[in-house]
Amino acid sequence: MRTVSGYSESATTRAQSPGAPGLLCARELTVCYASRGEPSSPALLGIDFDIAPGEIVGVLGESGSGKSTLALSILGLLPESADIAGSLVFEGKDLLRFDESAWRGIRGARIAMVFQEPGLSLSPVMRVGSQIAEVLRAHRQEGSNHRKLQVEAVLAEVGLTQVDRIYKAYSHQLSGGELQRVALSQALACRPDLIVADEPTRSLDGTRQKEMLDLLRETNRKFGCALIFITHNPGLLAGFADRVIVMYAGRIVEEGPVSRVFRRPLHPYTKGLLQLMPTSLQYAGRTRGQHLPVLPGTLTDDDHLSPGCSFASRCSARTQVCQTEFPAEVAPEKGRRVSCFNYEN
Amino acid sequence: MKTEEAAQRARTPAHIRAVGLSKSYVQRAPFSHKKFAIDALLDVQLEVSPATLTALVGESGSGKSTLARCLAMLEKPDCGEIWFEGKEISRSGSWELAWLRPKIQMIHQDSAGALNPRFTAAQVIAEPLEIQRRESGPKLRSRVCELMEEVGLPANWADRRPLELSGGQRQRLAIARAIALKPAFLILDESLSGLDLSTQAQILNLLLDLQKAHSLTYLLISHDLSLVEQVADFVAVMHQGRMVEHGAGQDIFGSPRHAHTRELLGSVRLVESAFRAAQAGGQQ
Ligand SMILES: Nc1ncnc2c1ncn2[C@@H]1O[C@H](COP(=O)(O)OP(=O)(O)OP(=O)(O)O)[C@@H](O)[C@H]1O
Ligand SMILES: Nc1ncnc2c1ncn2[C@@H]1O[C@H](COP(=O)(O)OP(=O)(O)OP(=O)(O)O)[C@@H](O)[C@H]1O
Ligand code: SF4
Ligand SMILES: [Mg+2]
Ligand SMILES: [Mg+2]
Repeated sequence: MRTVSGYSESATTRAQSPGAPGLLCARELTVCYASRGEPSSPALLGIDFDIAPGEIVGVLGESGSGKSTLALSILGLLPESADIAGSLVFEGKDLLRFDESAWRGIRGARIAMVFQEPGLSLSPVMRVGSQIAEVLRAHRQEGSNHRKLQVEAVLAEVGLTQVDRIYKAYSHQLSGGELQRVALSQALACRPDLIVADEPTRSLDGTRQKEMLDLLRETNRKFGCALIFITHNPGLLAGFADRVIVMYAGRIVEEGPVSRVFRRPLHPYTKGLLQLMPTSLQYAGRTRGQHLPVLPGTLTDDDHLSPGCSFASRCSARTQVCQTEFPAEVAPEKGRRVSCFNYEN
Repeated sequence: MKTEEAAQRARTPAHIRAVGLSKSYVQRAPFSHKKFAIDALLDVQLEVSPATLTALVGESGSGKSTLARCLAMLEKPDCGEIWFEGKEISRSGSWELAWLRPKIQMIHQDSAGALNPRFTAAQVIAEPLEIQRRESGPKLRSRVCELMEEVGLPANWADRRPLELSGGQRQRLAIARAIALKPAFLILDESLSGLDLSTQAQILNLLLDLQKAHSLTYLLISHDLSLVEQVADFVAVMHQGRMVEHGAGQDIFGSPRHAHTRELLGSVRLVESAFRAAQAGGQQ
């Protein structure tokens, strides 16, 4: 991960991020991945946001909009090929200036992550119990004789039965949902101040999913740990998250309290996305083989670099100005922001 | 699918059929003689009618991926039979497998781990086409571009490696690879779950089009019952290694019989109604 400056020209005047400052504060955060020498298209384009201690923030967005890049930035886990600029302040210290040894003190202990693909984050050659014990050993002071019991306790916490077997299993011996819960228990193990969870429930059945959300809520209440919850299912955020951030093409296009954003979305992308939430009634009349509704068009490289609004090529509310000028963020009401010229329509 | 239509479909001979499949795993503990035996499949029956989409649902660890791997002949069941297009295939030798492999494709739950990280996106998609000698030269290249665009990946990303893509993009790459051969039977193990609602619908529409054009049969493993309800002709429900319920989508969703199915459905309805309540401003 290298640190450079630049790439934030497009951001003009900005409304202040509505989140209360506190735990984590990102300003003009920009990330570009270089593919084989050439700088390729940027994945994050100067985003600002704040996370208060003990807050639950949901992140929604199109596939490829930069959600995992955001998560990896917070954990200092971007690959070598990534250039990062801006600032990312955690409890007064700029994470972008951290070296690897400073990261080791924070990662796992203060900030933990649940990866989008648990298969990629767990080692295939180490038993999963030992991997969790490793995290505990690195960050907790207690003696080693109770460690196995501690690990079994965190495994039981995420609803795994047969903890004895799971403890001794290699990752390939577990089902998708079992792996995901192992990854979650690893993140919870040290009671961090901030958990960044990237689709942490996608391999879980509805019942387990609900258990997991309850567990996260409870951990949040009991230990005051803040949570950044990336998901593609808006339904999971209702009644769970305090705030929602909506991303499109490397930018935050809308942000606000979940209840208000869901009741009255302002950005055309958010409106379109929420309309796609299936309703049971709508299937009754559906004939076999009939197409499902989609947002027309796809997110392309050009959209990231367009001088105007990056959603313009797909937006039905588009006007002339959208193609040539970038829509600055505005705060239409307290606690909300949106980046669109025509949000009122 | 309507119940009458489903009944009619169910009468046509199954495209793939599992009879009494069982599979258990033994996991050894280190430094001891202790062993854990896991019955992943217990006397499982499943029939999938041709040119339909059957959803396989069930709690985490109920044996769905194991069943899928057996059907795709990536793993041998301990006992039971698998009938595909009228032939029993569970004990196929390498000869028959060469004939079967391109016809039965599976997209793994952990698609990222299953893609060769050294290949470029284009190579990932082209590989099965080259092995089967379906296409070569410029025709192959244009077919690869076409497939990339179909799954919503820009064709100019042909040189990117799998790890240079987002999670959802990687998943779409795995889908493009699997549909490249137009298999007769395609298994998607949680392949749509990491995608936003619009991309998910786009891929499903593509699958529906392929089904119309080439009569593909799908087995879709998914925890997302809202999604299953939208697209499944048939639904099969697993619980602790057993098949507990199997029927037309409308029947399973309309009047689930097994307690486990009702429980799964109940939690989905909870999420849906929480969302509706938030939308209507019922909270705060
Ligand atoms: N290592 C990398 N090298 C080059 N480009 C990358 C790399 N990782 C991600 N990208 C690109 O950056 C963009 C953002 O990726 P990111 O993984 O953050 O998306 P995402 O919002 O998490 O998407 P998804 O929902 O599909 O997981 C994508 O267009 C992706 O192709
Ligand atoms: N190679 C293996 N060795 C030992 N046990 C295994 C192996 N593969 C799977 N299992 C176990 O078999 C059971 C069924 O696993 P399977 O992956 O089929 O479940 P699943 O229904 O796909 O679950 P999920 O929805 O979580 O992916 C699980 O308890 C799992 O731990
Ligand atoms: S700024 Fe214009 S193009 Fe962009 S979302 Fe708003 S209306 Fe659509
Ligand atoms: Mg991602
Ligand atoms: Mg599975």
